[in-house]
Amino acid sequence: MEPEARSGSADFPPDEVLVARLRDGDEAAFVLLVDAWSGGMGRLARSFVATNESAAEVVQDTWLAVIRGIDSFEGRASLKTWTYRILVNTAKRRGAREGRTIPMSSLLPTDEDYGPTVDPARFLEAGHRWAGHWREFPAVWPSPEHAALSGEIHAQVAEAVAVLPHRQRIVITLRDVEGYSSDEVREILDISAANQRVLLHRARASVRARLESYFATVDTERVGGEAVP
Amino acid sequence: MSDLDCNEFVELVTAYLDGALDEETERRFDDHLEMCDGCDTYLDQIRQTTQSLGSMTPEALPDASRQALLDAFRDWKR
Repeated sequence: MEPEARSGSADFPPDEVLVARLRDGDEAAFVLLVDAWSGGMGRLARSFVATNESAAEVVQDTWLAVIRGIDSFEGRASLKTWTYRILVNTAKRRGAREGRTIPMSSLLPTDEDYGPTVDPARFLEAGHRWAGHWREFPAVWPSPEHAALSGEIHAQVAEAVAVLPHRQRIVITLRDVEGYSSDEVREILDISAANQRVLLHRARASVRARLESYFATVDTERVGGEAVP
Repeated sequence: MSDLDCNEFVELVTAYLDGALDEETERRFDDHLEMCDGCDTYLDQIRQTTQSLGSMTPEALPDASRQALLDAFRDWKR
């Protein structure tokens, strides 16, 4: 299941229209884009730089570069992907100035990104008749629709993402938070689908593990004692 | 071809959701999924995890930055 592209709703104008309007200096078109994309851009920028303030400046600098560069936009990538490429380059330069150098090579998986993503102790040991099978099945989680939980779930997820290594955080932010496809992420970061998958896999497993620990502490009565499906 | 073990299954979920498994491995994955409630739950939790990630709302741009950008856009237009 691919996350749905959330880049635009049905009434979001197509790229050709947006680009033409931007070139004409149409303020409404610019406002539309700034309001739709800046939040996600800030979130991604934050993975490259040290503070929220820096991230906000990266977003601002990116939009200025978009204004200056819109006449040379050729439409080979989508407008949003093009904008995000500018964002990533701006953020990397900024991160480097802050002594947080994130060279392209460090966006590639390292040894730590391989190996089991689920604690091997969760599975029966070698020699057992059912070696490699769950010692105990993962506990089913309470229904995510439960209103009392959703705020907490988001807080847990945000924290879990914030502590991931940069390369994992950047990829999971683009793929799962922003909903970009693996092709689009390749265009933005120049990371192959296979390398993205290594990072994404480990990142998702970490966030899932965080939610699992969280749900283990949630009392069933707190969620109304409902039988879980 | 033998069935997958659960500890192999959990390492394939991302490739599976990306549609990146070869046909044979995907068949073994699906066969295992059908038989194993634990792995069914695990896959479902990975899906719930990606859904939670996708429903996080970003913070809006601060008003001052937004205004500065609109001013910059107006200036550029002239």
